[in-house]
Amino acid sequence: MMADKPPKISIKNLHKQFGEKIVLNGLDLEIPDGQSVVIIGGSGTGKSVLLKNILGLLSPEKGSILIDDQDIVGMNWPQRESILQKVGMLFQNAALFDSLTVWENVAFGLIEGRGIKRKKAHEIAIDKLADVGLGSDIGSLSPSELSGGMRKRVGLARAIATDPEIIFFDEPTTGLDPIMGDVINDLIVDRVKHLGATTLTITHDMASARKIADKIAMIYKGKIIWAGPVTDIDNSGNDFVNQFIHGRADGPIQMDVRAG
Amino acid sequence: MNPLASIGRTTISFFNTIGRISLFFGRALYHCFTPPFYGRLLGRQLIEIGYYSLPVVGLTAIFTGMVLALQSYTGFVRFNAEGAVASVVVLSITRELAPVLAGLMVSGRIGAAMAAEIGTMSVTEQIDALTTLSTNPFKYLVAPRLIAGVLMLPLLVLVADIIGVFGGYLVSVYKLGFNPTVYLERTWDILEPLDVVSGLVKAAVFGFLISLMGCYHGYHSRGGAKGVGAATTNAVVSASVLILAFNYIITELFFAI
Repeated sequence: MMADKPPKISIKNLHKQFGEKIVLNGLDLEIPDGQSVVIIGGSGTGKSVLLKNILGLLSPEKGSILIDDQDIVGMNWPQRESILQKVGMLFQNAALFDSLTVWENVAFGLIEGRGIKRKKAHEIAIDKLADVGLGSDIGSLSPSELSGGMRKRVGLARAIATDPEIIFFDEPTTGLDPIMGDVINDLIVDRVKHLGATTLTITHDMASARKIADKIAMIYKGKIIWAGPVTDIDNSGNDFVNQFIHGRADGPIQMDVRAG
Repeated sequence: MNPLASIGRTTISFFNTIGRISLFFGRALYHCFTPPFYGRLLGRQLIEIGYYSLPVVGLTAIFTGMVLALQSYTGFVRFNAEGAVASVVVLSITRELAPVLAGLMVSGRIGAAMAAEIGTMSVTEQIDALTTLSTNPFKYLVAPRLIAGVLMLPLLVLVADIIGVFGGYLVSVYKLGFNPTVYLERTWDILEPLDVVSGLVKAAVFGFLISLMGCYHGYHSRGGAKGVGAATTNAVVSASVLILAFNYIITELFFAI
């Protein structure tokens, strides 16, 4: 019998606050190798802050974030760079570099991060654009010439360009119409299966979560209050989860009308 | 509102900013001297700062030289000392006006552009994207701009020196009736290497300050278009004030030589 594989990402007792506002309050989460975990939760519950802590864009006050058993909290740049080599990220608004063409955006991680020659990187970028349903003619355009859906696709192509072991998705369907949202979901599922990558997605789009996830976790007030297989989400027995997935105003979650 | 609390908050905020700029300065300097170096980006910044600033710096210099000749003539003629016009023009231009005016003009053109570009990248998560693509934003965005600022401002000032003196020459010879040979001889005789060197040292420091302020304010801009606008204004204002302050400090240092 094979021993259980250690989780790809393991987050323990994570705390993060801005001034007096506590955003993450002892958050624990395990992301198994090769699985797709989706974190759901309302606005301002700490989803994006969690992602930024994992990526090293923010530093937590307390706790540990283990990626392949290496604690990345407090790592210096050279150490962190080796971890980031394993990572791809699709940002909410794609975050494409305005000063570069589409193919240069897709090839950026290959050229600057891996030192691959521009000609070879161009070929790979065109292949990756094809993987997300975009033709080679798009490659020479500027990001400002693209529609929202195309920008997301280019962002996805950039995220998978280096064949990463771990991919993060920040609100992948936000700002897209339902059909384009579903196209992006399908592309994510298809590409992630193809790569065999471990993924972490944050979203409040339940249709997207149901399609992408193997496992769903719900964050509320800086903690994971429920986690389980996607098939269990409708029978979670958790009032917070039920209120969120059905989008009801009444329930234990009280939304602040004013910004906190 | 408690005035003491307000003063306290302002003081803390001031020292907080000084601390953050110092840390930014230290990190930026470190990344200027450690690989990887982005030659392509450095080249682009050299052209952006040096080549594209030439027209504005050249125009500023020629008109400054011309007006300087007119004004100094107006003063000196009252003491029958109009022969000193050439000396005043060349010394004022090389030691003071070329570096300061070129610095201020480049601050308005380049400092603002840097803050706006990096600020937009910051608020649209492009800087975060750089990090996730294993690229250090300090090395990629800040270091090339700092190095280009330090290298190109002295070259621009050297050009401004020549054009400014030429502006003074034009007015002195064609409007005030100076003998061209005598004017050029007086210009050349009075000029010492230290006059030019002091202006070039100032220019290198001003170039660094302009890039540092542009990058710092852009990098820390928050809150969308309004934040980017504020960063742009702050970059130009802080660079301009620092240029004038460091101009005094460097002049004082050269006086001691």
